[in-house]
Amino acid sequence: MGKVWLVIKREYLSRVQKKSFLLATLLTPLIFPAIMGIFLWIALDESESSALRIIEVVDENNMFFIESSDQYAFSYSNNEIEEGKELVKSGERYGFLYIPEIDLTSPKGIVFYGDKNPSMSFVSYLESSLKRRIEEQRLFESGIDPEVISAYRTPVNIQAITLDNSGQEKVTDATVNYAIGFLTGILIYIFIFVYGNQIMHGVIEEKSSRIVEILVSSLKPFQLMMGKIIGIGAVGLTQFLIWIVLISAVSFVVVGYFGMQMPHQQAMELSSPEMISAMNSTNPDILGILEVLQGIDFIKLALTFVFYFLGGYLLYGAFFAAIGAAVDAPSEAQQFMLPITIPLLIAYMGLFVFVLNDPNSNVSFWLSIVPFTSPIAMMGRASYGIPLFDLALSMSLLILGFLFSTWVAGKIYRIGILVHGSKVNYRTLWKWIKTE
Amino acid sequence: MELLEIKNLSKVYGKNKALSHVDLNIPKGVIYGLLGPNGAGKTTLIRIINQIIEADSGTVEFKGERLNPKHISYIGYLPEERGLYKKMKVWDQLIYFARLKGLSGTKAVEKVRFWLDKLDISTWKDKRIDDLSKGMAQKVQFISTIIHEPELLILDEPFSGFDPMNAEIIKNEILELKEKGITIMLSTHRMESVELLCDHVAMINKSKKILDGKLVEIKQTFRPNQYKVKLISNGCRLPEELNFTENGNLLEFNLKLNGSTTNACLENLMQYGEVVGFSETLPSIEEIFIQQVKANTNG
Repeated sequence: MGKVWLVIKREYLSRVQKKSFLLATLLTPLIFPAIMGIFLWIALDESESSALRIIEVVDENNMFFIESSDQYAFSYSNNEIEEGKELVKSGERYGFLYIPEIDLTSPKGIVFYGDKNPSMSFVSYLESSLKRRIEEQRLFESGIDPEVISAYRTPVNIQAITLDNSGQEKVTDATVNYAIGFLTGILIYIFIFVYGNQIMHGVIEEKSSRIVEILVSSLKPFQLMMGKIIGIGAVGLTQFLIWIVLISAVSFVVVGYFGMQMPHQQAMELSSPEMISAMNSTNPDILGILEVLQGIDFIKLALTFVFYFLGGYLLYGAFFAAIGAAVDAPSEAQQFMLPITIPLLIAYMGLFVFVLNDPNSNVSFWLSIVPFTSPIAMMGRASYGIPLFDLALSMSLLILGFLFSTWVAGKIYRIGILVHGSKVNYRTLWKWIKTE
Repeated sequence: MELLEIKNLSKVYGKNKALSHVDLNIPKGVIYGLLGPNGAGKTTLIRIINQIIEADSGTVEFKGERLNPKHISYIGYLPEERGLYKKMKVWDQLIYFARLKGLSGTKAVEKVRFWLDKLDISTWKDKRIDDLSKGMAQKVQFISTIIHEPELLILDEPFSGFDPMNAEIIKNEILELKEKGITIMLSTHRMESVELLCDHVAMINKSKKILDGKLVEIKQTFRPNQYKVKLISNGCRLPEELNFTENGNLLEFNLKLNGSTTNACLENLMQYGEVVGFSETLPSIEEIFIQQVKANTNG
């Protein structure tokens, strides 16, 4: 055991002490906010700088009126189609909307001419404006006052509450749960690939530089493999820990900064003791999210996450090590990646298609039970609260799966690391597994 | 008691026999040469002794005990294909290997310091292997092999990659280690180093041991009964078939005994002049080796 510890220590320190580790660890949490920031900045910049776009509208029905916005203004005329097109061609108008005389029950033939392809959002803005007007017109024609309809339009929000055995009530919200499942599932998926690849490259390095011959004369191949997997896993955990601290710190600073930027009066209000009640009356949505977040058992969620995070990593890490041992160079590894990529992709797709949409369906159940997919799929169910039986079954199977994969990988590894220059295929691997 | 006793060792890879029924006894404190062409089974044998792989049948005993993981710290191994972590510093690397061989932290530091000083490379201790020349890296590798003061040192082609000066340093280190009572197993196909260093040799060809014993004894066994003769001629012509070289009246030639005795030959030679030199030519180990391999292949 002492020797495994030495390997773990070397694997860990040799990676953590690298400058690239420090750089990646510090920069990654900043990349996403930075990209978002840049997009936001460009978008804001565009909307501010772009001139008002004028759109010529010719309406043969004389009934449509589209409201102008900051970006678009609509000018109505009785021009002929050709004249309208000419205005667009000469650049005098951004676009030309032609509405022929239409049958209100099935409006056809409405055309927009522009020198550029109009954006989706703009087209749907036009469509919804026209649709609303047609609806109003038809209601009016059947003797109903549209005003009355809109007065009766009432927003409804259903608050979902889960009851557990003890009768305790918890407020839940599918959106929040979706977001949590989505994020944690993807994190595990990425983690398995990034750190699995590190294991594979580490093994290939030791094999191709022949260090492995000296190493295995000092400790068992299995010890070496486990030391490597655990050491690199520890690097990953360290990185995540730093990220969590960093992200919390950055959010804290950002929130503080924007707090400062708020108009003085608003800031005063927020800092007053009536803040909560003010929020209660003005923004029930935010309070709702807060309530949902309070309803989630974060400690349980975090523990589940760490378990599946490590379980998935260990299960697949052993396979990555075995592949590294079977080949002489990273370029040869591609041929053996399929058995790793396929189940991970199934888990990843399953998370989006089935688990997040209906965490309690049959497919979701099986995806979260089978060890090859459970590390990712289970995270989609985790924030909804998982029945104890499902969790226990899935976890024990994952542990068994990990033991099995390490056993198989160990058999490939111990032979593979000493084989150089010969062509290895799946049949060879199978022979190695069978070798006593 | 022998340090290492190998009995009836066999190993098969698929259809290829790597070792078949090999017996070897390696006495304590000798330099033992393991000779054989590439692919003969030397590396397989060494890997089995290092417990990297297991034999299919047969036994290996270390100091009278079945080989087991405890013995790892008594054995040092320098593989033919050298390898070090390229990005790791010399110091960290040596400490790591020392610890893996079972040395305590403080002991490892002490030993690494000692050897870096001894081989005159202390100034490189903070350099990465990447930044060293090949010869320098070889020295580091050599240190990593002996850092834990093994009782048995297995060197696979130890001189490959060394320039003549460094090879000399390593040769002297090997002899010094032998003085300390360390047993050294030297696997090589470079016969001249065998002649210089080894006390015992074993020859392996096509998975089988074909010959082993003390170097001197082997040479005696395979002596071709040939003598180198120097003779100052008295004018009588030697038979032409002796193929002599002439330098004034000093004649030199090789003489095969062909069943007769040395004394009878000498008596005969005296007729032609004064015999000033008469010495037996012993075969080089390379000649014996080639002869044995051929005999084995043909037989």
